[in-house]
Amino acid sequence: MRELVVVEPISRIEGHGKITITLDEAGRVADARLHVTQYRGFEKFCEGRPYYEMPSLVERICGICPVSHSLASAKACDRILGVQAPEVALKLRRLLNCGEFIQSHALSFFHLSAPDLLLGMDSDPAKRNILGLLEAHPAIARDGIRLRQMGQQIIEWFAGKRIHPAWVVPGGVNEPLRQDHQQMMLTMVPEALEIIQRTLNLFKQSIEKYREEIRTFANFPTHFLGLVNEDGTLDHVQGKLRMIDARGNIVVDQMDPADYQDLIGEAVEEHSYLKSPYYKPLGYPDGIYRVGPAARLNVCSGCGTPLADQEWAEFRSLDRGPVLSSFFNHYARLIEVLYCIETLDQLLCDPDILSTRTRAFAQPNYREGVGVVEAPRGTLFHHYRVDDYGLITWANMIVATGNNNLAMNRGVLQVARRYIDGNKLTDGAINRIQAVIRAFDPCLSCSTHLLGDGGAPWIRLLGPNGEVLDEV
Amino acid sequence: MSKARIATVWLDGCSGCHMSLLDMDEKLVEIADQIDLVYSPLVDAREFPEGVDVTLVEGAVSSVDDVEKVRLIRQRTRILVAFGDCAVTSNVPAMRNEFKLEDVLHRGYEENASHAPKIPTVGVPRLLATVRPVHEYVAVDVFLPGCPPPADAIGYLFSELLQGRVPDLAGRSRFGA
Repeated sequence: MRELVVVEPISRIEGHGKITITLDEAGRVADARLHVTQYRGFEKFCEGRPYYEMPSLVERICGICPVSHSLASAKACDRILGVQAPEVALKLRRLLNCGEFIQSHALSFFHLSAPDLLLGMDSDPAKRNILGLLEAHPAIARDGIRLRQMGQQIIEWFAGKRIHPAWVVPGGVNEPLRQDHQQMMLTMVPEALEIIQRTLNLFKQSIEKYREEIRTFANFPTHFLGLVNEDGTLDHVQGKLRMIDARGNIVVDQMDPADYQDLIGEAVEEHSYLKSPYYKPLGYPDGIYRVGPAARLNVCSGCGTPLADQEWAEFRSLDRGPVLSSFFNHYARLIEVLYCIETLDQLLCDPDILSTRTRAFAQPNYREGVGVVEAPRGTLFHHYRVDDYGLITWANMIVATGNNNLAMNRGVLQVARRYIDGNKLTDGAINRIQAVIRAFDPCLSCSTHLLGDGGAPWIRLLGPNGEVLDEV
Repeated sequence: MSKARIATVWLDGCSGCHMSLLDMDEKLVEIADQIDLVYSPLVDAREFPEGVDVTLVEGAVSSVDDVEKVRLIRQRTRILVAFGDCAVTSNVPAMRNEFKLEDVLHRGYEENASHAPKIPTVGVPRLLATVRPVHEYVAVDVFLPGCPPPADAIGYLFSELLQGRVPDLAGRSRFGA
């Protein structure tokens, strides 16, 4: 172990991170580590707060997927109350979630990754961003801005505010859907469908160009985890846990999320504020598994909506078993947007959807509750304990990105081995190392705890005695 | 006319303020040709550059790295904006100030861990005992509260700054909302 290469901060990701790459004496890549460099402490400082504050409080974990945190939190609180939210409230929560997936996936694809995919991994770094995309491919960039806007607008129509809304509550949601908002959303559906289908075609045409990235972007066997419906189809909000192995065999199915601690353990590495969850029966680190868009499409037996099901079948034909390259998260993200638009359309037409009974009321009846949803980046766990007055005494959260920590680390190693040659870091290598991370779309602000850097990587190459050999 | 050199930075916060910036939607497209985004989580700049006209700082100051960063930013920025409640008051991140840092770390990395529990210390910045707002470390020129600040207020901020005025944000945003 001789030399270190550090990439910091990682740019165009939602969070603070840096990467260290260790070379052996022959100058070959020996190891790679992703450091997440911030910890915020929600699991501790929520102590003493009343349970009903939690959905709003935990939204502040993440400005990109606050809705996911409020949903997981409200579900944990449903259990503490011991109530079943009214049928329409469950549908409204699901609808709100569609808005979030649309905006979050649009952000990941268009604003953060499309500059790599459309301008090129080796293109001018000064232009390799959403503004550069706007110059070079204005129509595509505008599609992305519009799609994200539609997702945010949907959230605002349901919940009154685009970021950190206070609409999802323990027991349901606090206001019914307004008819004018329902109509405005339905009017939006055809345009949203056009954008996503156009983007899917564009992506599929460009796949050939990225054969090398597909081969090396975290392309290895792991388990996969996600929520599925009773019939095994994709479910982001209400489902139960299913895990498959690298060949596609189901190893856990229809597991009550409340039992997650039987399934998942959390390991600590001294070099990162992000913990590394692992599949308990295989131990650490063999219990590596992945979550997120591609994992969900690998785990489920279909999407359950007609257009997304066609795309899903095509996606699954990419590999004999589960799709292993994390590069295809980009593809899976677009398919999930399609699924969310179709789900939105269906649920908005539900005859019951304007019903005004949207909330069940109760006092806290149980001391403990677990709430689990699929956030855009993967399975999200919230687990609370309360005292007799409903004040939080303990909390544990496993955020979507955390689940992928082991896989992201191994993915960085795989890319570093392929693209780093000798003691010099080329821009193309640096960018691909970051791009593999971007494929996971890590929300490091979410990672309960972490937060994003300002954006500028510094890269250092250190010699055997720690002397700086090269600096970018 | 030369483009305004804009930077955005994210310390201890949730990125919600940056998302609200993106919520300017088509207005962002309108100002895109008047600005040069020289440093931001959204672009690939490697180092915080010299001679930045305006920097939006989201988030509170909670680690030794944050302190270093915010001081460097101050040196190289003409107008520094405390962008959102965490930067202005330290907001939710400061909820940990009620607890000892060692207890906060203990919960995350020792109590809630099933393998190799320990506090991370290698290659990660040391956390400060308390989380503080930006103006306790460096001078702030403009305060824009909100959790997050509404996109309209951010749009107004930009349009005033781009016309060379320091904006009066009274009534356009408020704490918590």
